[in-house]
Parts: sequence; C-alpha cells; structure tokens
Amino acid sequence: MTNSSPEPLLILSNVNTFYGQAQVHFDLSITVARGHIVCLLGGNASGKSTTMKIILGLVKPRSGDVTFDGASLIGLTTPQIVRRGIASVPEARRLFADMSVRENILMGAFVRNDRDAVAQDLDKMLTLFPKLGQRLSQRAGSLSGGEQQMVAMARALMSRPRMIVMDEPTMGLSPLYVDRVLELIRTINQEGVSVFMVEQNASLALEIAHEAYVLQTGKIVLSGPARALKDDPRIRDAYLGGSEAA
Amino acid sequence: MSSWLDYTINGLIVGNVYALVAVGLALIFGVSRLINFAQGSIYLVGAYIGWVAVVQLHTPLPLTIIVVAVAAALVGLIIERFGLRPLQNSVRIAPLLATIGISFVLDQLVMLTFSPNPRALPSQLPDVRFQVGGGTIGPLDLLIAGVGLTSALLLFVFLRYSKLGWAVRATAQDRDAAMQMGVDVNRVNQAVFGIAAALGGVSGMLVGMYYNQIDTAMSLQATLKGVVAEVVGGAGNVPGAVIGSLLLGLVESYGVAVFGTSYRNLFAFLLLVVVLVLRPNGLFASARQAPPEPLTGTFIAPSRPVRIPRWALLAAAAIFAVLPFFPVSFYVLQTLINAWLLGMLALSLTLVAGTIGQVSLGHAALLAIGAYTSALLSLTLSVPVGLSIIGGGLMCAALGTALISPSFRLRGHYVSIATLAIGEIVSLVILNWESVTRGPIGISGIPPLSLFGYDLISPTSIYWFSFTVMVVLALLQGRLLTSHLGRSFRAIRDDDIAARAYGLSLNRYKSLAFIFGGFAAGVSGGIAAHLYSYINHETFNTQQSILALTVVILGGLGNVVGAMLGAVALVGLPEVFRIAAEYRILIYGIVLLLLVRFRPQGLLGTL
Repeated sequence: MTNSSPEPLLILSNVNTFYGQAQVHFDLSITVARGHIVCLLGGNASGKSTTMKIILGLVKPRSGDVTFDGASLIGLTTPQIVRRGIASVPEARRLFADMSVRENILMGAFVRNDRDAVAQDLDKMLTLFPKLGQRLSQRAGSLSGGEQQMVAMARALMSRPRMIVMDEPTMGLSPLYVDRVLELIRTINQEGVSVFMVEQNASLALEIAHEAYVLQTGKIVLSGPARALKDDPRIRDAYLGGSEAA
Repeated sequence: MSSWLDYTINGLIVGNVYALVAVGLALIFGVSRLINFAQGSIYLVGAYIGWVAVVQLHTPLPLTIIVVAVAAALVGLIIERFGLRPLQNSVRIAPLLATIGISFVLDQLVMLTFSPNPRALPSQLPDVRFQVGGGTIGPLDLLIAGVGLTSALLLFVFLRYSKLGWAVRATAQDRDAAMQMGVDVNRVNQAVFGIAAALGGVSGMLVGMYYNQIDTAMSLQATLKGVVAEVVGGAGNVPGAVIGSLLLGLVESYGVAVFGTSYRNLFAFLLLVVVLVLRPNGLFASARQAPPEPLTGTFIAPSRPVRIPRWALLAAAAIFAVLPFFPVSFYVLQTLINAWLLGMLALSLTLVAGTIGQVSLGHAALLAIGAYTSALLSLTLSVPVGLSIIGGGLMCAALGTALISPSFRLRGHYVSIATLAIGEIVSLVILNWESVTRGPIGISGIPPLSLFGYDLISPTSIYWFSFTVMVVLALLQGRLLTSHLGRSFRAIRDDDIAARAYGLSLNRYKSLAFIFGGFAAGVSGGIAAHLYSYINHETFNTQQSILALTVVILGGLGNVVGAMLGAVALVGLPEVFRIAAEYRILIYGIVLLLLVRFRPQGLLGTL
C-alpha cells in the first residue's frame, strides 16, 4: 500500500503550545507522509512528548492547526482522534498492569465492533509477536520491559490504525529488544501503517526513518530525509544540546 | 444470650449492606481517584424512595427494588454530570469538597421534604425465623444476602465481559492510556456513578427494612461505614471492598456482642485507623504499589491572596470592638459571639488545612476535647474558669495532636478520612467513658465564663472576651505565618518530598501545626462549654467540622483574615437575613458547591 508519491497524512502547522506561562512549542510544523516513518529527535525537555500529546488531543495548542487526512483534529477529544485512525504506543508503555496480556491487546480494539475480525487480528498479533502467545493470561504488569513493549505495539495495531504514534519505543530496553522493536516498526510500516515516533536515540531512529525532524527547546532546528541527516554533524550537536559531547 | 452464630449471621448481613455502599465507592475511586462523600446521601435518598414506593404506592417488593435502583441511579447521574464533571480540570481537592457539599444539599432536601422524624419502612416479608444450627435467620436476611450476592455477580460479569466494563477497568488503571485506546472517560464516569448510586440506593432501602426505620441521620453513618470498608479493602479495589465490608460487619457484630451496642462504631473507626496506619493501601494491596496520592501541592488551589491594607484591618477591628457601645440588639451580639467562636475554630483549621495542607474533617473533636477539659476542670477541680479554658486549650494541643498523629504519615484524601475517623472516635470515647465524661448524660451545670473572679454574664462582656481572644490568636497566627516556621509549613504543603529532602522533619512540623491549631480550637471549645453550660458527646459533631471547613475555604485556605471573614459571613449572614435554621445547612452546602466551582481560592485567596 506504500505510496510512491508520498502525499501528506498528518500535518502540524505553526503549532504554539503553552504550559501556563511557559511556551513549549514555537511555530512547530511537521508533516508525516502517507506510508512513511517520521521521527522526531531531541533531547530532554525539547517538547517531543508534548508533540505526541498534541497529536492525540491530550494537550491543546494555543494556536496552529493539526490535520489528519485533510481534516482538522483541533477540538476533537482523544477518543474521537483515536477513532479517526491514530493509535499510540505511549511513553513507558502504559499498559493496564492488572489486566491480562490478552485483555490489554484486546483493549486496543476498543473502538472496533467487528468481533470476528478482532479475533482474527489477535491471532495475527501472535504470529507477529510469537513470544506473547504463552503470556496471554499473565498479568501485563508482570512482563519484562521488552515484552511489555511488544504488548503495547500489538495493542496499538489492534485498532487497525492508519498511523501509529510512538513515544520513545526503545527506551529502557535491552540491546536485543531494541533491534527487535526497530525491526517490528519497519514491518508494521511495510504493511501500510504510517509511523510517527519520538526518539532520543538518533542513530537508531535514523536507521529506519524516512524523514526526521530535530527539535530543540520547542523549535525545529533541522529536518530532511533521514538518509541525509544521518551523516550530518549538526545532528549530534542539536539533539544532545551542545557539541561538548563529541 | 444469643449464640455466636447469630452474631456471625448478623455481621455478615450488615457486611452485605456495607458492601453495596463500599463497592460503589471503590468503583468511583478506581475511575476518578475520588472519595465520594455523597454516597451516603444517595443511600438516604434510596431509603426514602423505598418508603414512598412501599408505603404510598404499595409496590410489590421486586418492583420496589427496581424503582429504588433506577431512581438512585438517576440521582447519581445528575451528581456526576452537574456536580463533578465541571470540576474535571480543577485542583484535586475540588471534587472531594463538591461531594461534601452535594451531600449536605441532598440530606437537607430529604429532611425538608420528609421532616427529620424517623419513619417506619416495612419490609413486606413474612416475619418468621428459621433455625440454622444454633442461630436463626429470617427472610429479610436472605433477601439482603441475595441482593448482595446477585449484585456482586452482576458486577463481576459486567466488569469482566462487557465492553463498558473493560473500559471501566482500563480507566481505573491508567486514565490517559484508556483515552488513547478510544475510551470515552466521561461515559465511564457516568456508568460508574450510575452503578454506584443504584447499589447505594438499594442498600439504604434494605437497611431501612432491616431496622424498620429510616431517618436523615443515616446518611453520614453510611458514608463513614462505606469509606471504612472501602479503605480496609484497599481504595479502588472492588473485590477488596466486598471483603472489607464483610470484615467490618463481623468486627462490629462481635464487638457489640462483647462490649455492647454503643461500641459498634468505635470498632469500625479503630479498624480504619489501624488499617490506614499499617497498610494505607488496604489489606489486600501488594506491598510494592505506589502511594495512591500525588504530592499535596496539587491538592490546594494556588492563588495570589488579596492584599488588605493594615488601616482597613485596624478599622474593621475597631468597629467590631466598639460595636457594643451602639444600640445593637442582644441578638446581633449573640450572633457575633458565635461567629468569634467559629472564627477561632477556623483559625485552627486554616492553619492545619491551608498552611500545612492537612485537610482535616474531624476538627469538631478538638472543640470537644477543649470543652470537656475546661468543663471538668472547673466543675470537679474548681479551677477558675479563665484558667480552665487555657487548660482546655493546652489539653487539646497535646491530646489532639497525639490523637491525630497517626495520620501524619498519610497524604491527601487519606488525611481527610483519617481525621474524620479520629473525630468520630473522640466522640464515641466521650460517649462510652462514663466515669470521666458522664457518658450519654453529658455535663450540665458548667459554671459561666469568668475572668479574675468576675463573672462575664452580660452579652457585652462575653462579646468583648471572645472577640479579644480571637484577635489575639489571629495576631499570633499571623506572626507565625511570616516566620521561618510558617515557611516550613508551606514548603511541606507544596511538596513534602522536596521539604523532606531539605531536611525538614514532617512529623515535627505537622505536630507543631496541630499543637498551635489545637490550642486555638481547644480555647474555642472551652469558651463554648461555659457559654452553653451543658455539653454532651453530640454537641460538637461532624457537621461543625464541615462548617468550619466551609468557612476556611470561603475565606481562602491558610488565610488568617479570611478565616475570620468567613466565620462572620457564614454565621452572620443567615442571621441577618433571618433564614430559618433548617435551610441553613442547605445554604452551607450550596455555598461550598458554588465556591468550589467558581472561586476555589476563596474570597481573600489562599496563602
């Protein structure tokens, strides 16, 4: 389903966000093309996670627009936005710890009413994430971080989204799981789901992304095709917030 | 003597009734982290709807249950939609206070509609008892057990197998994550309030039938018992609430068997305090669970206090000081004397709730300690009244602080529950400790106020006396707030973890705040005792605690001038407008609701 001539799916244009008096975003503009993986890089407190929250309607921008598939998301509630086809893998997974793995995954299909197809999709998730098969009736809170990330991704896919937004999907994972997660993101993307991910780990994210944006204290300081940015020395400076690390 | 089996059956039946209330509280706490203090009022409404259905409409029992459940659910939905949903983005204390306000309003509406006199609520079931082992059981017992089990089963099926039930569970575990799955949390809130209210209403009706009597005092008792059961089981834990309720029922029933009826509630509240202190997350919570309350800082509305110029304060004080020289009526002076007494209590509460952030719901207990100490000192030891009042203040500072100290390790809502329970315990100990407090008879013939051997009998002298005491306490408190100590108090309120990281000992500062506040409240109680000349265990009740809290919020939490202004406004204005007594509580409830909704920082702002 990947489009050869990428048309935009999600557009943030001139978004300004405030927490009280403090401005978090300054004229933020980001475009996610249909079928692409776009990653937003940046250090701590650069406004990355708030960007996720803006897309999901958890935080309202003071000005600017967010459109998805041509229609504005401004003024919609989070559940309404989810129904438009945006699923999320929140920061630190945020599983429903006391519910079983099975229930967690099925919660992802909360907006759907086609029971049979949901059951089929659950089976599909178990082929995509084979490890979860033995864990289905276990408490989600009892899984390891890597397994929880798998559950969170399966949960997001269950709504059959057109786009998934992910907040630091590799955070706190062992190197083995980091590779696994990146590969899965690529697989998901190849099945036609657009991905917008927020990451601190630039070199890994640029491996799989089509485009990337670098956010520094609420402003986009660098953007372009991931391949070009990968070799850009400014990348390191920008998202680490200084050159002394080099 | 009845058999132990009888006490066990009784305990389980009563436990079933508590469970219907507690499960609703647990559902609501799970979804919105709110202790719904209006739950008992819905229970009350349920009982009276049951009475209307049975006595006036002569409905058959199954229909009565349905009518009560549906009507109570409607009340729950209305509370959620109009009382709580507008507060979604307010500070965390707002919804809690709103439910207290709503409960005042509902209780008072029931009282105005049906009069405060108790009514009989016949159960329509045959009055027979079956022999079971060494005990007996009647059809009503079976009905209550049946309703309890059926509700538990239905709830289980709902939570486990329905889509909305899944949404409820997911929301309870992670509200934001649930929204990101497409769950409409407003609908979840609605569902939960509807279910909780239906269960609570049916519970009230069943209790009415069990004792064949309903009256408006049921409401607060039900809320308290439900909260106890819920916290014992672990706030937000639905199966835990059921087990906690049965446990509470049994503890009470056995306690009554051994010690007598007047000990029933004492056991309930002691159980609560023990659980709160030892296992604040309930008996069944896993030890690793994070503390369920956020930092206290998010609990109080921050604001910029209104600056009042010194000359204006002096002028106001001067006007009130010379007021008795003008031809004002006896009635006005009396009203203002009451306002000054309430003002002292409010000074105490605004320090404790506002400055150091421990929202106490049991402040009337401090009045009671001061009043009893002063009364007994002057009556039995012939201590001069002026000294005895100071003795009451000191005793209150010491004993009150010691009693409340178990709550020091708690936060947020839990402090409120613990202080509420401790307040009830004080009143119950006064009731039961007959050798000292004279028990239910109360203390009469308390000598009038006097100072240096001169009796203060004229309203003018009492007015000056109480006004002076209040102003002195206010000046001391104002001085305290600007000192290093006051800053430490506020630091603890705003972020107790950071305060601790800077080396502040929380227990020591909380104790100091309660010692100072306890003295002011004790003095107020002491003066009141000599003014009333008769006190008993019900003179200083929870209603007064809530009134004091309303005063403090009206004035602005932590605000010394606000506390006095609030007291004058809430005591004075209803008098000025000659509002009948039975409407006053209603007005307090409405004032609290309006404040929380439109001016949470109070008239003069929080400090």
